[in-house]
Amino acid sequence: MLARRIIPCLDVRDGQVVKGVRFREHRVMGEIMDLARRYRDEHADEVVFYDIAASPRNRSVDRRWILRVAEALDIPFCVAGGIRDVASAEEVLMNGADKVSINSPALATPDLIGELALRFGSQCVVVGIDSRGDGGRWRVHELTGDPSLSREAGRDTLEWVREAQDRGAGEIVLNCMNMDGVRQGYDIEQLCAVRERCRVPLIASGGAGAPEHFADVFRRARVDGALAATVFHSEEIAIPDLKEYLASAGLPIRA
Amino acid sequence: MSGSPDLVALVDCGGANIASLRFALQRLGVEARFTRDAAEIESADKVFLPGVGAAGSGMAKLREAGLDALIPRLEQPVLGICIGMQLLHEASSEDHTPCLGVIPGCVDLLRASPEHTIPHMGWNQVLGCGESKLLNGIPSGAWFYFVHSYAAAPSAACVGETEHGGRFASVAEKDNFFGVQFHPERSGANGQRLLKNFLAI
Repeated sequence: MLARRIIPCLDVRDGQVVKGVRFREHRVMGEIMDLARRYRDEHADEVVFYDIAASPRNRSVDRRWILRVAEALDIPFCVAGGIRDVASAEEVLMNGADKVSINSPALATPDLIGELALRFGSQCVVVGIDSRGDGGRWRVHELTGDPSLSREAGRDTLEWVREAQDRGAGEIVLNCMNMDGVRQGYDIEQLCAVRERCRVPLIASGGAGAPEHFADVFRRARVDGALAATVFHSEEIAIPDLKEYLASAGLPIRA
Repeated sequence: MSGSPDLVALVDCGGANIASLRFALQRLGVEARFTRDAAEIESADKVFLPGVGAAGSGMAKLREAGLDALIPRLEQPVLGICIGMQLLHEASSEDHTPCLGVIPGCVDLLRASPEHTIPHMGWNQVLGCGESKLLNGIPSGAWFYFVHSYAAAPSAACVGETEHGGRFASVAEKDNFFGVQFHPERSGANGQRLLKNFLAI
């Protein structure tokens, strides 16, 4: 049986790992390679590197660190941020990343999802969605890496999940902005609604603060993976302990 | 080990995601030759056939390089990874593609259900089902990393099976031809052991 994945997310800016609260007030959490090696050794199932500066400022990104990560890691990793065409995705994949994750560029140019799926296969194409509840519906937000540019994208979350899959997304990462960085647990209600409509792997993001939150989101929202940053970087939750807890709770977990 | 290191060829079929396999071999002290040159492949001690995007385009790339006729004639150990394993089979229903035919059986789309999403992406267990060179020293039930939508049904060549909406062949061995549906280069210590086993054949 497929294991539920534990996925530390490293928000990367200028060569360092940072993390904000509710997408703001970023502070430095450590060096990319130190954290990447630590998560490899702790049996993380996958690592996501998200270049938070790359997308909103539309600048070209220094990708050399991806090669260093690929040399060191013997587990899969995904790169997000600043991938806005086939050429930039190809550069990331050639450097050894297993998947690329696109968020704002997919909203600006939905055809990009299909172009990437056609060129590299759906399994390489992750669509990240930043979503927030608003008057009983969930709405997609874009350019969330930069508070001064972050805005509502004019799309309904459930509709965008359907469209992204139809266009060839091989995985959806749903970042529930209401819960991000506040450690009160994942947004189970929203994740359940998305799970019902999502036939590709679904990864929960935003809100992890305790081991029970992981058990909860795997059981109740039936997500394939759970992503978290702060609780792992700060070592408040050690991944080996978390995995032992989840396995003893009866969830399929890779030792 | 012998004095001269093995020549390891990594067949270049135009797939983007080849760096991770090269790095995994480097971690084992092996510098693989990335090539589509028939003479170089023929003279290699070990040959890796890594995955490319899809069965149809993968076979087209092999045909372009004249490798569709060469690979079945190879006598040294050949390891197909992911789509590379699928191409070693008789045919794939993906793009209705006739394949290399060195491992018996055909490749089909996995069966999707709400509990079994496609692509099959993540860590899953390989259950041993026969004597295996690749799985030597790796316990049945070991976890490996998978990313695929198609797979071969278990056949006589199948020595490892995996469950995802039904059983499929995750490890196959037939004479000098070997295939793994998962990515050993991304499967932690188990994957490293498997690559080591292959290099030692």
